[in-house]
This record gives sequence, C-alpha cells and structure tokens, in this order.
Amino acid sequence: MAERIQQLEMKHISKRFPGVLALDDVSITLKNGEILALLGENGAGKTTLMNILYGLYHQDEGTVLIDNEVIHVKSPKDALLHKIGMVHQHFMLVPNLTVLENIALGYFQNTRFKLDLGLVRKKMMDISVRYDMAVNPDAYIWQLSVGEQQRVELVKTLTLGANLLILDEPTAALTPQQTDELIDLLKEMAKDNNSIIFISHKLNEVKTVSSKIAVLRNGKLVHEGPTGSYSVTELAEQMAGRQINLPKSPEKSKFGDVMLDIKKVWAHNDQGAWGLQGLDLQLKAGEILGIAGVSGNGQKELADVINGVRKVEKGDILLDNWNITNHSAQKIIDQGLGYIPEDRLHEGTLPAFSVRENLILKDYTTSQMSSSIFLKKKVIDSFAEDLIETFNIKCPDMYTSCASLSGGNIQKVILAREITRKPKVLIAAYPIRGLDIGAAEYVHQRLIEARGAGMAVLLISEELEEILDLCDRIAVIYEGKILKVLSGSEADNRKLGLLMAGVTDEE
Amino acid sequence: MKNNEEKKKQKQERLLNLFIVVAALLVALFIGALLFIIAKGNPFKAYSVMFTRPFTSLFGITEILVRAAPLMLVGLGIAIAFRSGILNIGGEGQILIGAIAGAAVALAFPGLPKIILLPMIFMASFLGGALWGGIAGWMRSYLNVNEILSTVMLNYIAMQVYMFLLRGPLIDPKEVSYGTGVPQTAVFSKSAWLAKLIPGTRLHSGIIIAIVLAVAVYILLWKTTIGYRMRAVGIEPKAARTAGMNVQWYLLLAMLLSGGFAGMAGAVEITGVHHRALESISAGYGFSGIVVALFGGLHPLGIIPSSIVFGLLIVGSDMMQRAVNVPASIILSIQGLIILAIVSAQIFLVNPKYKEKMLWILGFNARLKNRNKGERR
Amino acid sequence: MIVQFLVGIIIGGIPLSVSLLLAGLGEMFTQRSGVFNLGVEGIMMLSAFIGFFTVYTIGSPILGIIAAMAVGALMGLLMGLVSITFKAEQGITGIGLFMFGWGLSGTLFRVYVGGVTTIKGIDGINIPVLSKLPVIGPILFNQNPLVYVAYILVPVASWLLFKTSWGLKVRAVGTTPAAADTVGINVVKIRYQSLVIGGIMAGLAGAYLSICQAHLFADNITAGRGFIAVALVYFGRWKPSGIMGGALLFSMAHSFQRLIQVYGINFPYEIAVIIPYVLVIVVLALTWKSQSLGPLALGKPYDREFRG
Repeated sequence: MAERIQQLEMKHISKRFPGVLALDDVSITLKNGEILALLGENGAGKTTLMNILYGLYHQDEGTVLIDNEVIHVKSPKDALLHKIGMVHQHFMLVPNLTVLENIALGYFQNTRFKLDLGLVRKKMMDISVRYDMAVNPDAYIWQLSVGEQQRVELVKTLTLGANLLILDEPTAALTPQQTDELIDLLKEMAKDNNSIIFISHKLNEVKTVSSKIAVLRNGKLVHEGPTGSYSVTELAEQMAGRQINLPKSPEKSKFGDVMLDIKKVWAHNDQGAWGLQGLDLQLKAGEILGIAGVSGNGQKELADVINGVRKVEKGDILLDNWNITNHSAQKIIDQGLGYIPEDRLHEGTLPAFSVRENLILKDYTTSQMSSSIFLKKKVIDSFAEDLIETFNIKCPDMYTSCASLSGGNIQKVILAREITRKPKVLIAAYPIRGLDIGAAEYVHQRLIEARGAGMAVLLISEELEEILDLCDRIAVIYEGKILKVLSGSEADNRKLGLLMAGVTDEE
Repeated sequence: MKNNEEKKKQKQERLLNLFIVVAALLVALFIGALLFIIAKGNPFKAYSVMFTRPFTSLFGITEILVRAAPLMLVGLGIAIAFRSGILNIGGEGQILIGAIAGAAVALAFPGLPKIILLPMIFMASFLGGALWGGIAGWMRSYLNVNEILSTVMLNYIAMQVYMFLLRGPLIDPKEVSYGTGVPQTAVFSKSAWLAKLIPGTRLHSGIIIAIVLAVAVYILLWKTTIGYRMRAVGIEPKAARTAGMNVQWYLLLAMLLSGGFAGMAGAVEITGVHHRALESISAGYGFSGIVVALFGGLHPLGIIPSSIVFGLLIVGSDMMQRAVNVPASIILSIQGLIILAIVSAQIFLVNPKYKEKMLWILGFNARLKNRNKGERR
Repeated sequence: MIVQFLVGIIIGGIPLSVSLLLAGLGEMFTQRSGVFNLGVEGIMMLSAFIGFFTVYTIGSPILGIIAAMAVGALMGLLMGLVSITFKAEQGITGIGLFMFGWGLSGTLFRVYVGGVTTIKGIDGINIPVLSKLPVIGPILFNQNPLVYVAYILVPVASWLLFKTSWGLKVRAVGTTPAAADTVGINVVKIRYQSLVIGGIMAGLAGAYLSICQAHLFADNITAGRGFIAVALVYFGRWKPSGIMGGALLFSMAHSFQRLIQVYGINFPYEIAVIIPYVLVIVVLALTWKSQSLGPLALGKPYDREFRG
C-alpha cells in the first residue's frame, strides 16, 4: 500500500433528480490523515454527494480531483481503482456468503474464473491484525451481529485497497460504547495515513471524531471549517437553517390505568430462533414509554406480537384488560390499538394507493364509511379532505399516490390515520427515522399531544436523544427481554448505553 | 379550481397510458411484420386483411363479438387476480373445467326451463373454474407455492381430465353407436342455448353478459370494501396485513373469482357457440386473456374495448390465413410480442425520468411534483 | 416381472431426464443471478424446431444442435432486454416469451415443413462389450451422446457456480445486487450472461427433444417440460445435484406412466399422463417453504437509483 491519496477535491458538484436539485454547487476538500465530517439533515444531500464520489451516481456538473488530477469515477469499480472505498449505512454484504467470499467478491471482480480464496484470506487477516479488528473469515454474514458486520465492511474496504474511506452514518445501529470504540478505531486509521469522510447527523460524535466539518443544507454547502471553531449548537442551527428546539414532554407524575399489559411473552423471530424471551412490560394511559435498545434485540417482534401479526408462543398480552393474545390483527385494531410501523412506506401505507385511500385504511369498514359492502364516496372524500387539512399533509390532491410523497408527509398520513381513531394504545416504531428536523419536530409534537389526550404511547427508537426527550419511563430491551425500566429523570446516555449492551450490574 | 387541476392531471395520466399501450401494440406489430416475412407472407397484405376484412361483412363483425365474449370474461378474471397480486396463467385449464362442469349440468337436466337451466349452467361453470383456480390460490396462500407454476401444471392436468370425460363418461352416445368416437358431448337441449342476437350469425347474448359482468367487476374492485381489500393485498401485502386484513384469504378469493370468470367463459362457449362441449373449446383464450387484460390496463372498463381488439385479431387472422397463406398460429407469437412490448413499456410509466420525457413528447409541460428521490424514506 | 418392470422404468427414464436436466441447469444459473425465466418452455419449442429444421434441410445434427443453442441464446437476450433493461415483471415476461416461442415454432413448422416428417437425428451409441452387461449395460452404456453430455454438465455446473469467481458473482448478484454493485460488479452484465447461458441450455434441451429423442418435430413438442424444469430448480434448492435428482424423479414418473400403457395395465390413459404434472404440484407444495436458502433477490429488477 504505497500510494496514498494526498488530497481529494470535489469542485462545484451539482446533481439533479427529477423534480429536485439534490446538490447545488458543492465543493469540499480533504487531505491525507484528515477526518472530514459531513453533516446535514436527512435529505440534505450528504449521501448523494458521497454516492457521486463512489461512482454510484454521476454528477451533472463539477469535477473530482485526486492529487490535483481530474478523475472520472463512472462506477464503484473506478472508485476502488482510485483507492476510494465506502461503507454504506445499510451494509453491502451478501448474507448467505461467508466473510471471505464477500471480500473475494470485490477482490476478484476482474477475473473471469480464477478464485484464489487463500490469497484473500491472507490479505484480510493482515488488515485484521494491523487494526486489531477480529473477524472470522469463515462465518456467514447472517450469523454476525450488526457491530461485527460493520467490522467486516471496514476490513473489506481496506482489503480492497482503499485508503480514502467514506462511512455513511456508521453509528446508527451502535450503542454509545460501541460508537466510542469505532471513533477510536477511525482515529487510529487516520493516523496510519488514511483519509476518512464521516457522514452523520449526530453532532456530539462529529465533534469528537472529526478534524474538519462540512455542513450541507438542502443540497448546498453552508459551512466548511475546522471542527474546533464552532459549538454544537451553532452547528445544529446551520444544519437546520434556523433555531431548533425539539419538543420535550412536560414532567408529569400521575398516570392512568394500565392499558397494555405484556406478561412473559415468548415469540420466534423470522429465523425461527427466540426473538422474545419472556418479555414483561406494562404501559399506562397518558404516558410515553420508550423502548431503548440496539436494533435486533426483539423490537420488531415486540411490535409484531402486539399488533397481532406474529404468533405468541407463550405468555399473554392484555389491552385494556382484554386478552388479545394471538387474536387477529383486525380484532386487535378494533380493540383500540394504533400502530405507526417502522417501514412507513411498505407497512404503514399502500404506496400505490392514493392519500385518500390510505387515510381510510383502518376505518373503511365502519358504518360511517361504508354501508354493507359499498364504500361511501362522499363521506370518504370529506373525511380525507379534513385530515389533509388538520394534519397539514402536503400533497397536490387527495388522489396523489402515497409513494410520491416525501417521508415526512407519508408519516403525517399515518399519524393522521392512527391518531384520529383515538386508540387506547399507540405503538410508534422509529417514528422519526429518516425525517428532517422539521418533520421530526412535528411527529414529536403529535405524540406528546396523544399522551396528553390520555393515550398510552409506546415509543420504540434507537435514538437515545429522542427517548430521553419524550419518555416518562424508559425500558431497555436486550435479547428479547426487558432488562430494566428507568424513570425518565434517572436515565442518561451512559446508563442506557451500558444496559443496551446487556450490562446490568455496574453499581 | 383544485378540482380542475386534478382533472387535468388525471386526463394527462390517462392519455399517457393510452399512448404507451398503443405504442407498444405498434412496436409488436412491427416486429410481427418481420415474422410474416420469415413465414413467407406479405406483412402489408396480411395486416390489411387482418384489420379490415372482418369489418366488410356482417359475419365478420358479429364473429368479432363472438370471440370477444369469452376473451372479456377470461380477461376480467385475470385482471382480478393481477390486481390482487397473484398471476393467474391457468385460464386455459379453468375454461375447460368450467365448460365440462356446465356441460354436465346441461346434459343432466335437459328438461328444465331456460330461465332455470342457463343460470344453473353458468353457476356450475363458475364453480368449476373457481375450484380449478382455487387450488392454485389455496396453495399460494397456505403453502406458498408459486402460482404461475401451479396454474401452468393445472392447465395440463385440466386438459387430460377434460379429454378423459369427453372420451368416457360424457361422450355423445351417438358417437359410440356409430363407432366414430369423436370426443364430444351430445348436443344440449334448446333450453340450454343462449339467445341469438342476430339470426343467421353466431352472435349470442354472451357478449351482453360479459359487458354486464365487466361493470360489476369495476364496482366490486373500486366501490366496495371487498375490492378495496383485494387491491390492498395486491399492492402491498405487508401493509394490508398490518392493517388487519386476512391476506391469505383475499389471495384465495381472488383466485376463486379469477377461475370462476374463466369458467364462465367456458359456459359462454358451450351454451352460446357450440351447444355442446367438444375438444377444441378454448382456442387459446386462456393465454389470449392475459394479453387482453394487460392491454386493457388491468381495468374492467379497459378490458371491454381490449377484448374487442383481440377478437378482431383472432377473426382477422383466420381470414388472413386464407388470404396470404400464413398459419393463423402466428397470431399467438404476435400476442406474445404484445405482452413483451406492454410490460417493457411500463418503465415509461413507472420511472419518473422517462415519464417526464413521455409527457413532454405528448406536449404536456409536466413537472412532476414531490418526486423527492434524494430523500430517504 | 417386477424387476423387469423397474429396470424398464429406469431404461426408459434416463433419456427422458435429459431435456429436464439441461434446461434445469440453465435455469439454475438464471435464477441464481436473480432472474426468474418462465419462458424456458418457449425457448425449448423454438429451438427444438430450429434444430429439427437444420437437420431436415442441411442434414447435419451437429449444426442442428448449434443452431438450436444459438436460438436459445437469442431468446435469453430477448428475455434480458425486457426483464433486465426494461425491468418488466418477470413472470409475465416469461409467459410472453413462451407464447412467442410456441406460436412461432408452430407457424414456421407449418410453413416450411407441413406435416409429420422424421429425420435421421442422433441415435444412441452402443459401447461394445459394456453395453451387453445385464441391467447396467443398457442403463449406462447404451445411451444417446447427449445423455452423457448432460450428466457431465452436472459437476461442471457445480464447479462453475461454487468454485469460480464468476459463480461467486452470480450468487452475489442474485442475493444482494446492491452489495455486488458497490464492490464494482456489473449486475446487469452478470444477469445477461446468466440468461444467455440459461437460454443456450434450454436450446440444447429443445434440440435434444427433436433431434435425439423424437427424431421429428410436432407442435407443442415440449408438453410442459420447460415449466417442469423451472419447478425443478426450486425442488433442487438451486443446486446442480438437487436438480439432477429432480430430473430423474420426474423422468422416472414419466417412464412409469408410459410403461403401464406398454404393459397394457388397465388404467385410463389420460389419468396416467397427468402423473408427472401432479407430481410437480405436490413437490412444489412440499419444498417451497424454505426459500431462505435461495437467491433472495429472485424476481426483483435491480435499480441503483431506487435502492432503499
């Protein structure tokens, strides 16, 4: 690894998608050994800019220079030739191949038949020893945890010869402690003459890891400079373009009756192993209870069993003292459950259906909207019109398909539908994931209102900040069980982080 | 004002859809012309015979509608299935089982009055087809068996079952006593015949039944809660399930209805055209129905004109065979090309980049709003 | 009598397995790369005709086989154009391809040949001495050359899929195309290559039917074998050995059905004929569930800009 990229420049990059200008005249530079943090809200253009550098997209205008020479990166293949590597937010690994095969895939991309796994094994073990990243080359990817997969991605990228690394939201699925380890590792790599671009929207980690910061907003570069010169609040304002104050739940000491009582519930995950292992939880009217945890510890299974789309093997679930265990989803919905699912486009809405049709998704059988089997067009029209106005859903008209709306507006459609039904219990799974700050603020406001209206709200999230801001109580989920329930006031980042890693006996 | 804009947009969408489908048809016909040349026929003459000669006689015009009736019914069934997210390739088998079930009823109760017997035959055919489609639907819903493969296999099975019954239990006693052994049933009693619309032609009231049913399917799919659920299941089963729908049941229901409609196409043929069940009852309607459904935009009201177009194509190809000496089976490959062209053309409707270009070609200065792809969802 | 009957099933079954095996192996590559090619039936029909027609006019069976394979490759390209480049729904595309091949082969046959005509084709080879051995002689040493080719292709396909970089790319592209794309692999190219290989194999299978097995061409000569081959790929869990097992199972069922007619066992002909088709459905019902092993991206067009 003799040649190291000394200097990377992206000059006047513009990129247009149908209907949007995703990047508008953005220029950044990066020198060997530096860690550049690319900051911005969702949709600001960070990933698009990096996908251009990595050859996945092509810029409409602008040039990329390495060591003062213009390069044309037409595909990831070209990027790797120029020693640029990228670790994507959603890991780019083939689950039913081994670690070794995944790396060989990139290593032998130019040969037709030759496949020397021994050579790749040696190369990757070199890297693994050099940076002290233990990986088992013969493990299948599907057997690995998220943290391990990330290590595989890093080893893969380095083995393929990259010394300019792009990391897209690398800490999204890590506990605070794992995040610290990653930051140390990245600093180590930078010292070893690698350059790193670190995409994030989390200001605190950006402050610790980077030597330089570039802030994007709506496709424009709004700030570039050394990390030390700005405070976290100043950066946050630059990201959002205005003062932001995410809403916090007002303190409250009295809550209502138990609305959702989950008693020692066991359920399988998609792989057939135990996803929930005797999970116990009580949720009261008028509170927001947060479920904190590293993703893959049973959150999805928990939401599924409550919603009636996953079989409960053992245990009981009571909704307002009604036993709903293994009832059909329809019955549970009728019993008063609202649900804001994780996959908002494909689980929360019917993407090709119109906004109007999506708004009635849970109410079309009520006597108000249909008589016997026939839908009442006029009632539905005015219902949809009302909700669009009340919830300020931005769409050309109610016949627009949901798929063509922005993430924030899709979430509004779901919120409108679920909250208007006045459920007794509302499950919100990762409700602000991928939304910009404005939309996130809106969602939080509505959740706090739901709490105020006496609903019992269960908030599943991986963003500790969100949980700490909103929740009256916080339950930490680990390997399909609730490890501990903390009150909102006693919880902090460090305590939650340790619990999320399964450590209970720290004191 | 808002309403105006919405209407304008809908009109644009419809025009674009129509344009795409017609363009696909033209591309397929163009490639088809090359096939004619390979098959030693003059494509210009072949097409001009195919598309004009049927209109020159009363026989031709009525024959188009005779063909359109079963095509429309099969096409409706296929559209119901496709809309519900299940690909029914088994129309051919469902027609046969429907036909034989209807024929059995017709032969069993020859003395019943028309007003009772005909509905009974149609009911039997519907149930026969529904059974055949339902097998595939049930296996898809509860055993996760790919419905394309199972329906194709069921086609071969249905063919054999049908022939077994025609050669054995249901054969015309006359064929046995004369020793000719042609596999067909006896002619039904007159009370099992659909009324003729125009005396002296084969045109029967089946076409009216088909059109009425097309409207009924439209109402079912877009104006009722059942249709709402079926379409929801077809678009995004995951979301439908989360919203409390019984996805498996609606997939099965879609296949039951789909098969039932194909079965009724069989009923139309036996009661309207042949007045008996015989070997070549289907004439490929099961596959042509797929083309009809796709060409009709999987919309019941689009399928009405679409089935007439393909009725024309079938009648025209018979006339073409005599005029330019190319076997009418070439129409099967042209239908295959039409399928390929239509599904290829979808990219111009789905991909916003191409869609914008197409709208521009059509003269709409379209800026698609909210196509915010930079944003993750 | 029983032994004779069983040997009879095997002797009759092996030749019948060849077209299923060849087409199935080809379809395995196609599906492994993430494309579901249902048009195999149509490809087999058209190439069976072209193979037959080449022998009929030129007289060379070798050229016939080559022509059939070339047609298969072209049909594979056509499938690729529609399903990869235009990203169309693969199931319907396959049906379109099937109708195209079916209609065209029937039409050309009627225009250029007309009626039933037999050709010389390729016969079985008698390996001296060995073929005279009892039982295993006729099973192993008295077969058509293409039978040996088909069975040699089983380990070859296995090597190609599991031991070469191309096979690794195919497996990756069919499971997580985005991952393959980001390490510089051209997803579109690999999928086209797999489709062309699948087409060539289906072409060979079609040529076998007309040139080696039947020595003639008839409309609908494949009688659903192309569809069965597609089903076999599922049955065989996307592995060459599994596909071979499946091909043998189905051909034995087919052979059994023929033999009961030969032996004059009183059994309705039509019911006997459906045995293999019913078997396909039963087998699909039993094996469909564990799809986690297979190519996860099967049937999904890859679109870089729409990646989630």
